[in-house]
Amino acid sequence: MTKKNFKNLGILAIIGALLIGVVALSGCINEESSSKCPQCPQCKECTPCPTTTGETKYITLSTTTSTENSGLLKVLNAPFEKKHNIKIKVIPEGTGKALKTAELGGSDVVMVHARSSEDDFIAAGHGVNRRDLMHNDFVILGPADDPAGIKGMTNASEAFKKISESKSNFFSRGDESGTHTKEKIIWAASGVEPAGTGYKSVGKGMGDTIVMANQQTGYTLSDRGTYLSMKDEISLVVLAEGDLILYNPYGVIAVNPAKFPDKGGEYELVMLYIGYLTSPEGQKIIRDYGKEEFGEPLFFPDAVPEEVLADM
Amino acid sequence: MGSADFLVEGAVKALELIFSGDTYVWSIVAVSLEVSGSAVLLAAITGILLALLLSFTAFKGKSIIIAFINAGMGTPPVVAGLFVFLMLVSAGPFGFLKWIFTPQAMIIAQFFLVTPIITGISIAAIEAVDSRIKDTAYTLGAKTLDLAVVVVREARFGIITAVLAGFGRAIAEVGAIYIAGGNIAFWDAELDTYTSYTRTLTTAIVLETSKGEVSTSIALGIIILGIALIVNLMTNFFQGKSKYR
Repeated sequence: MTKKNFKNLGILAIIGALLIGVVALSGCINEESSSKCPQCPQCKECTPCPTTTGETKYITLSTTTSTENSGLLKVLNAPFEKKHNIKIKVIPEGTGKALKTAELGGSDVVMVHARSSEDDFIAAGHGVNRRDLMHNDFVILGPADDPAGIKGMTNASEAFKKISESKSNFFSRGDESGTHTKEKIIWAASGVEPAGTGYKSVGKGMGDTIVMANQQTGYTLSDRGTYLSMKDEISLVVLAEGDLILYNPYGVIAVNPAKFPDKGGEYELVMLYIGYLTSPEGQKIIRDYGKEEFGEPLFFPDAVPEEVLADM
Repeated sequence: MGSADFLVEGAVKALELIFSGDTYVWSIVAVSLEVSGSAVLLAAITGILLALLLSFTAFKGKSIIIAFINAGMGTPPVVAGLFVFLMLVSAGPFGFLKWIFTPQAMIIAQFFLVTPIITGISIAAIEAVDSRIKDTAYTLGAKTLDLAVVVVREARFGIITAVLAGFGRAIAEVGAIYIAGGNIAFWDAELDTYTSYTRTLTTAIVLETSKGEVSTSIALGIIILGIALIVNLMTNFFQGKSKYR
């Protein structure tokens, strides 16, 4: 028993570990409860006071991969976050998952692009105060040598039909995202049932899907914003565009506060956020984003008429 | 075509990111270590106590519990993530905590993954302790607590190995924290950089690769490999020290 000191060491280590554990846990809990109840004199019952400085407040935005991957959101959110001392937790996921997350109360606001799903979401009582935010359009991407021969077509469903007939590879998002929803609408319009080994459902975000189509030489449907933000790194080109069916509107919806009564504070912040997004200030950022970096805008504002913005 | 220039370029940029102390990269490292470290600490406390309890008691159904713990060692991370997501989301039973998409949610998810590993390996280490040591301590008048101290001291290297194995699992895991944490980073307009909130080494690699930011992915990959290497070297060291392998 010459190792007596070892015994003490062991006990010390265990006590130390316990202490650190407790501190770590309590730290977490304190952090959470303090962000829940901001300290400000004019609100007695823990209701948020939007314009005060001090404690940072958080809201969670579930959105599509296109708004985040294109880099728009960081530019768009920064002035709002700074002005109101609110941090926006951005969860980029497909439109289907984004709406589901919001339905379960995982987020406070959604920014998505599948009008039919959005209307269902509101009709089911999950969301309130939908606003048109912006739009861009979808484009059909493919290899430059274009084995299906769709170059220059302006009828998206005819183009899809030719891709299917030529048995070329087609990469589908396959994730119930807004882009996937649009793709299914176009297939339905074409009267062709997408099937066979050429039709690959990848179950990933837009960026991943473009990378896969690029690597394995195939066609895919993409929103223009994501394509423009990646075009320098890929050899796929826009082959078909301009069909009315390819119109891609984005909406922003607040999660119904009546469903989650303890989230009343977040709702007020969310309405502030929606107000900002649809204000001339927010809409101008949307209008100008991408002009410098990509040579053309990635999104077009919808909440304020173009003439009004131009005058400002 | 076929040129590997982008790899060289990516690797050079990656090293630059690491050694220039890039805020984004190092904030991700900090979140990773904080989350996995906290999860492993909590799991170690729970797991070692559970292992002692199971080793020192005999009751009906004990073998079933141990079988469940062993099965739990193989829990797919995405399932743990899904479980925590459903529990913590506002509509779920623990929604009132408002922990969904926070580091706390990630710690809980990893806790569920790591606890069975630490418990299982610790039980093996404790049961490998020579029974004569327990008998001797017992005849010398040791109470249960004294006995536990003696056994833990004897099995300490095995237990440290268990904790390190748990940490290795936590730091390399992607599915659970992706679903529970949401892979969030905040954009800081003044510093012109992202700072991680719930984005870890593994989830960031998924995202950066999908955005085509290969060099950032390589930088993060180098760091996570480094961490894994250190953990494995430590595991080997402590296994070598252990008398009961």
